[in-house]
Amino acid sequence: MKLYDYILSPSCYKVRLLAALLGIPLELRAVDFHPGGEHRKPELLALNPAGSIPILEDGELRLTESAAMLVYLASLTSPDWLGRDTAAEAARTEQWLSFAQRLTASLGGARLCEMLLRPGDLAALQAAGIAALRELEAALFAQRLHGEDFLVAGRPTIADIACFPYVALAPDGSVSLDPYPSIRLWLRAIRALPGFIEMPGIHRLHELKPEPVHGAEGEPA
Amino acid sequence: MTTGAMRDEWYPVGLRSKVDAGGQQTMLMGEQIRLRETPGGAVAVETADGRALPVVVGHGHVWTSLGQPTRPLFAIPEADQPGRRLVEVGVVRVRCSPLRAVENFLDIAHFPFVHTDILGAEPHTEVERYEVEIREKEDEVWATKVRFYQPQAAKSASGGITTDYMYRVPAPTCSVLYKTCPARPGEWDVITLFVQPLTEELCDVWPWMALYDDVTPMTDLIHFQQMIFLQDRSILENQIPRRLPLDPGMEIPTRADLTSVAYRRWLKRHNYTYGAQLVAQ
Repeated sequence: MKLYDYILSPSCYKVRLLAALLGIPLELRAVDFHPGGEHRKPELLALNPAGSIPILEDGELRLTESAAMLVYLASLTSPDWLGRDTAAEAARTEQWLSFAQRLTASLGGARLCEMLLRPGDLAALQAAGIAALRELEAALFAQRLHGEDFLVAGRPTIADIACFPYVALAPDGSVSLDPYPSIRLWLRAIRALPGFIEMPGIHRLHELKPEPVHGAEGEPA
Repeated sequence: MTTGAMRDEWYPVGLRSKVDAGGQQTMLMGEQIRLRETPGGAVAVETADGRALPVVVGHGHVWTSLGQPTRPLFAIPEADQPGRRLVEVGVVRVRCSPLRAVENFLDIAHFPFVHTDILGAEPHTEVERYEVEIREKEDEVWATKVRFYQPQAAKSASGGITTDYMYRVPAPTCSVLYKTCPARPGEWDVITLFVQPLTEELCDVWPWMALYDDVTPMTDLIHFQQMIFLQDRSILENQIPRRLPLDPGMEIPTRADLTSVAYRRWLKRHNYTYGAQLVAQ
């Protein structure tokens, strides 16, 4: 399975991350997005006329939407990750997959302006991003009241992976995550998943040392 | 804050390969400037009020100055050796002091924690003793005999190696790093960080490399360096105080910070204070 990839692209990272979590090996083909603009050149436009990355190829299958790639990877090995146990769960998963596009347009747009100097109305992108974060915070808070740590269930699904990267990288576009405690707990829960991989700007959890034991030798009692 | 003595230094303002007749707008030390290719194939840079600025092209980039540079652009003789591949990594904007960006580049101790499993890994966190000097004749900061264990020192490295480093600061916002070359033992890979100061707390960073590596695709070389630098970016944007303190204050340097100490001393000696904090807090 071949992924046309860019190390700094949150959308490409979604696919790398889910593949790592599910143990699916990927062949990576690096695309010179910045500064080369290779995704707009003939070889890649022939694969994807939209001129976007990632592109995933598996035999005859070619996908150009990251949400479809997540569905494909989960369907292959781990249907539990599809978030389709009930009609309501399936609908809510679809809701978040669409919501993720708002994150890409707003927080992702702000990040491209701030970091790679792409043109855009930064203030408007940040405002739209903050509106989306507030909605996400409210939803995750409600989930936690039900005792569930993830977006549609007590277990992670493709909905979480679709929303995670652009939220985690919001500070790259100068949008702070400080006001959103539920989002920060959710980010941490995803970073703690077995098999998690990082991307630049999203750091891995470094292992916490065990709690100090009171009264142990050398410790004040 | 005025631009001070740093006004008369050279700064990178764009990749030479990207400047065309259409021109591009950018900023240098608070002033809007414009770059364009002239019909004769040279590059012209001018301020918003039409003042022509000095221009030099070197190390893949266009360099200019708001003042009157008294020295030519620093040379990197190793980068001119035949057979090297020159890697234009492209620009990354960072909301930090330009001096902070350079200082971070000079630091080794953060490798295992920020560039985990690439430039460092626990438990190999010790920075061995190394040598630092301000070379009076060249008027540059040099750190030599730096050694560090690295799981994947370069794109061309397979497996962990102990890497030798030399660091050089030839200009207030530029650093050149010489590093063990996995593909050609005995030679040094050249990895640079050129920083364009936009304001005292905002900069555009232009990494550039001259490597011996005939195997790795160019895009992979670019991405390796972008990955490393973007791991630093989120740290740099959260450093406090935002400007680089040049006076002793609440920070307590350790032996591993000798290069940073020398860099700050050298900045202060020259009154290079754009992006610096002078009163200790």
